[in-house]
Amino acid sequence: MTVAPPTTLAPTEAQDPAAAPLRVEGLAVGHQGRVVQRDLTFTLRRGEVLAIVGASGCGKSTLLRHLIGLQTPLAGRVLYGSHDFHHCDEATRDGLRRRFGVMFQAGALWSSMTVGDNLMLPMRLFTDWPPAERERRARHKLALVGLPQGFELTPAALSGGMRKRAAIARALVLDPALLYLDEPSSGLDPVNATRLDELIGHLRDDLGTSVVMVTHDIDSVFAVADRALFLDEQALTMTALDTPAALLAQGPAQVREFLSRGRSARPQAASSSPMACPA
Amino acid sequence: MKAEVSPLPGPGPAEMHDRASSGTRASLISAGGTLVFFGEVLLALGRLLRGRSCMQRTDLLAQLDRTGPLALPIVVLTCFLVGLMLAYMGGAQLARIGAQALIADVVTVGMVRELGGLMTGVILAGRLGAAFAAELASMQSHEEIDALRVLGVNPVDHLVLPRLLALLLVMPLLTAFGMLVGVLAGLPAAVAAFGVPAAEYLHGSLKALTWTHLWIGQFKAIVYAALVALAGCREGLGAGRDAEAVGEATTRAVVKALVWIVAAACATTVFFTSLGY
Repeated sequence: MTVAPPTTLAPTEAQDPAAAPLRVEGLAVGHQGRVVQRDLTFTLRRGEVLAIVGASGCGKSTLLRHLIGLQTPLAGRVLYGSHDFHHCDEATRDGLRRRFGVMFQAGALWSSMTVGDNLMLPMRLFTDWPPAERERRARHKLALVGLPQGFELTPAALSGGMRKRAAIARALVLDPALLYLDEPSSGLDPVNATRLDELIGHLRDDLGTSVVMVTHDIDSVFAVADRALFLDEQALTMTALDTPAALLAQGPAQVREFLSRGRSARPQAASSSPMACPA
Repeated sequence: MKAEVSPLPGPGPAEMHDRASSGTRASLISAGGTLVFFGEVLLALGRLLRGRSCMQRTDLLAQLDRTGPLALPIVVLTCFLVGLMLAYMGGAQLARIGAQALIADVVTVGMVRELGGLMTGVILAGRLGAAFAAELASMQSHEEIDALRVLGVNPVDHLVLPRLLALLLVMPLLTAFGMLVGVLAGLPAAVAAFGVPAAEYLHGSLKALTWTHLWIGQFKAIVYAALVALAGCREGLGAGRDAEAVGEATTRAVVKALVWIVAAACATTVFFTSLGY
């Protein structure tokens, strides 16, 4: 397995592993007792974009569902700070949930509400901010993702790219330190996929948000990911963790083949600004 | 020349046994899931009473708006037709023994005690039970319910309670309208077909209408409302994530609600009658 050396950890995390936004130790994930992936151990560094890649059906989204608490691990631990997410009391878990935001593959915007209400619901549930403050923050987040005109629209009125941006805005409303993205560029045309990559880069570089991104899109991995974690469907475990360039150059043969075959010539974004609103 | 056709290979005894046992197992799992769901709803009601529920008042108001006024016309129409039918059928039988004057009693007791609530429940099962299941199943397939869970929001508190409470609140009103319209629908039939004076019909109705019939009718209606809401929400939340899941959940919700309503109607009728009410 190609694993980045521990010396590359940020100084704070090297001194105190609990400072890392996410640590996974010996995790085994699966459905109804059937193991899909096992022995998963990795640490997400602060301000890092970590891509989880692998063939279809290898367990990427299943791993994500375990990381965000939608499924209980078969073994191992998911640690946010020093707290084991799956083995702490409900009040602690509620607090930990506020540390991360999630963008689901299809956006998962609540269809019965406007986009603005989608963004304001988490604030209504978890803060005592007055309605005017909630609206101000929701509009700010929508502007941040390049969707300032979306507040009053319903999810059905949005294009695929806009829906994904709105979902990222909703994931960001409580200012989480960690963002989970499930297939952010799936179903998008290359131009919009590039814009979304730029937005992810902006969130990392300007806001310091750590990102875990499950993706099939190898272009996206090379564009924004600091490291990539490769899940092998045959070995049922992670077989590589390193920078995309290092994996392409020196990774296991299977990983090199996966990464090189998955690359395509994606066009540059039409706008120089990652905040530009897609069509 | 006659071609020989070999019989299609059918399932052998072992395969049929396997199918039967897997069907039984699936039914037991489903029944267990329904019981667990009922328990979750009871816990959610407990949280609501203790002020610890994340149910939004606006969601309840929105559900009240869509469950009540929009269902009223179809409930009124159905109960009118059932009342009319009851008067004709009851009148025809009573006329054979010269007891047409009792048409009002038959229609009033029938509509108030049994049919008003039953017909309203059936209408709501088709209209709202199906709608609840379709909505929640669609949310399930689009990961909207996962998005709630990730926030720590209990879907039963957030999605089931508003629907359940809205139905429990509007059902007595809808049933009262249905009962009234059903009783009044018997009037033209009694007058035109059986020569009962209008005043005598109304007087007979008022005389037959007792508080016992009224509260039993309303009690049953509330039970039906709970069953419709629970069947719809249970099937919606338990739906799969594929495209067919929404349709399957909707069908199951309606069938389940109707079966539960009829079973509850039978059980409550036997129960109250055996108690002498």
